[in-house]
Amino acid sequence: MISADLNIILPEIVLAVFAMLALIGAVYTGKDKLAPVLVWASAAVMLLMAIWIGTTGGQDQTAFWGMFTDDAFARFAKVAILLSAAVVLLMSEGYMSRHGLLRFEYPVLVLLSVVGMMVMVSAGDLMTLYMGLELQSLALYVVASLRRDSERSTEAGLKYFVLGALSSGLLLYGASLVYGFAGTTLFSGVIAAATEGHMSLGLLIGLVLMISGLAFKVSAVPFHMWTPDVYEGSPTPVTAFFATAPKVAAMGLFARLLFDAFGGAIADWSQVVALLSLLSMFLGAIAAIGQRNIKRLMAYSSITHMGFALMGLAAGTAFGVQAMLVYMAIYVTMNVGTFAFILSLSREGQPVTDIGALGMYSKREPGKALAMLVLLFSLAGVPPLVGFFGKLYVLQAAYGGGLAWLAVAGVIASVISAYYYLRIVFFMYFGEEREEALDTGGSPVLWGCLMVSAFLMVAGVVNLFGVEGAAAAAAATLVN
Amino acid sequence: MTVFAFYLFALCTIVGGLFTVISRNPVHSVLWLILAFLSSAGLFVLLGAEFVAMLLVIVYVGAVAVLFLFVVMMLDVDFAELRAGMAKYMPLALLIGVILLMQLGMAFGAWETSEIAATQLSAPAPLAAETQNTAALGLLLYDRYFLLFQLAGLILLVAMIGAIVLTLRHRQDVKRQNVLAQMYRDPKKAMELRDVKPGQGL
Repeated sequence: MISADLNIILPEIVLAVFAMLALIGAVYTGKDKLAPVLVWASAAVMLLMAIWIGTTGGQDQTAFWGMFTDDAFARFAKVAILLSAAVVLLMSEGYMSRHGLLRFEYPVLVLLSVVGMMVMVSAGDLMTLYMGLELQSLALYVVASLRRDSERSTEAGLKYFVLGALSSGLLLYGASLVYGFAGTTLFSGVIAAATEGHMSLGLLIGLVLMISGLAFKVSAVPFHMWTPDVYEGSPTPVTAFFATAPKVAAMGLFARLLFDAFGGAIADWSQVVALLSLLSMFLGAIAAIGQRNIKRLMAYSSITHMGFALMGLAAGTAFGVQAMLVYMAIYVTMNVGTFAFILSLSREGQPVTDIGALGMYSKREPGKALAMLVLLFSLAGVPPLVGFFGKLYVLQAAYGGGLAWLAVAGVIASVISAYYYLRIVFFMYFGEEREEALDTGGSPVLWGCLMVSAFLMVAGVVNLFGVEGAAAAAAATLVN
Repeated sequence: MTVFAFYLFALCTIVGGLFTVISRNPVHSVLWLILAFLSSAGLFVLLGAEFVAMLLVIVYVGAVAVLFLFVVMMLDVDFAELRAGMAKYMPLALLIGVILLMQLGMAFGAWETSEIAATQLSAPAPLAAETQNTAALGLLLYDRYFLLFQLAGLILLVAMIGAIVLTLRHRQDVKRQNVLAQMYRDPKKAMELRDVKPGQGL
């Protein structure tokens, strides 16, 4: 029995074992000198795992008495997580070593947090959910304060840790209420208890508390307060990591909990998620207007985008989940490119985060400015770029799920948020030129990521690279 | 008798917890905490979970609480000053607390478990009469909850890596003892005998 179970979690085992071997190997040999090699090796292993998971695995199966689910939904999320984590890891190598932050523990911690994320999206039990979540968050708290001599970075890590602990407490309290009502922690048992008879008050409170805990992890309003500070304080490659893979994992976990454990009570949670979505979209769009620090701006941007992704979930239909998955895939691709651009911004070797410094950037770096223009238009959801189709999907899902008001609000929020994306474009093409110019050139990895991401935003218009089909299959396994 | 023991332990736990929070001296807080731990260990014994009770005593009282005590005594933290800010937020915190309490009261007042909860509740552990506590826990941990057990191990590993990453500093400006270099030191290379004539320097 156990060997069959182990077979199902083999990708996670491979990653965890690789992380541990890398740790031991680096400790006993070159220590930090080995870090660049480890970064590349970890990225390669994650890419391999993504290919493996993406190409194999036919039928859905569960392991460990239903505590671990391996289905199309989990595989979709895992491929997105692994790919984005691998690319972000590669992008971070140059920046981290330039600023003396490239410790060999960094790739190891990223790997372990990716293992946590993979467990999260495969959770079939409240306890597995919590274990995956903690494994992921604990590694993230550490990498947030990796620049330990900087007050900002330490503050970011500490703030993230304390608020994360609070949200974990909420989540656990909710989970204990759910357990008390349903008599089991297995999702299959919870859904049976929730559909059999009516939803009791205790279960509802448990559900709301768990949603609050998860909303913190996806940084949905009103649990978003940590996001701008943590994004600003963490080293930029870590911020890039925060904005991509963990968001996919948290949304995946959100969807899994809502549909696998509470799929029988869609009407009960749909309104809660819709409210979270509405608040996130508007707060993210409005609060970003005054920001001049591009990392804080991206934090608010991610809050807005999470609002849109939650809109897909709020619809409560298979199409809604599909829209959410497509949206997350597009969001991650756009963010990878945008952060590649942010990482390449420097003046005399020092990183620059002020958007005013971008004045007339197009003159010096026409190629990069054009790629960033495409990405920003895509983030803003301007047709005919791919970002527009992501938004269109969730709006359709919300409309189809009977949430027409939310779809209308989404359009309005999208228009508001376009302002601050276009402002960056304005600075790049028409802004005031500063005396101290930004450095030109930069690492080929960052350049490549930026260009590929921008290219995908244009070329993906044709068929979104088949993401739709995979997302539809994934959604079909989750919602039934 | 059991009922009496239960109320005794339960009362001690609650009193211990309460005084942990409200006592002014942090060392006293830790001592109250130890009382709370010991009383809850007693509650576990009453439940028939002897192993967990012993773990609570050994791990929490023996290790964690003592560590707390050390930290509290070694860190020069002015707890009175930390508390000073609390008075300002007290009314709001009390209000929120009372509201939460009322809401939870309403929730638990209308508490009804699902119809199938009782059947789902069937414990995965073997009956206490058939096997002893420790063996039953081992069977569960290494079989049914194997995945969770291993994940917990990974979490602890991450915690350890994190603690080292964030605090360990290799100082370059201190001379460290290199035992091997000392042992392999060769007197022929390290020193030289000179015959110094009286009245002359080197």
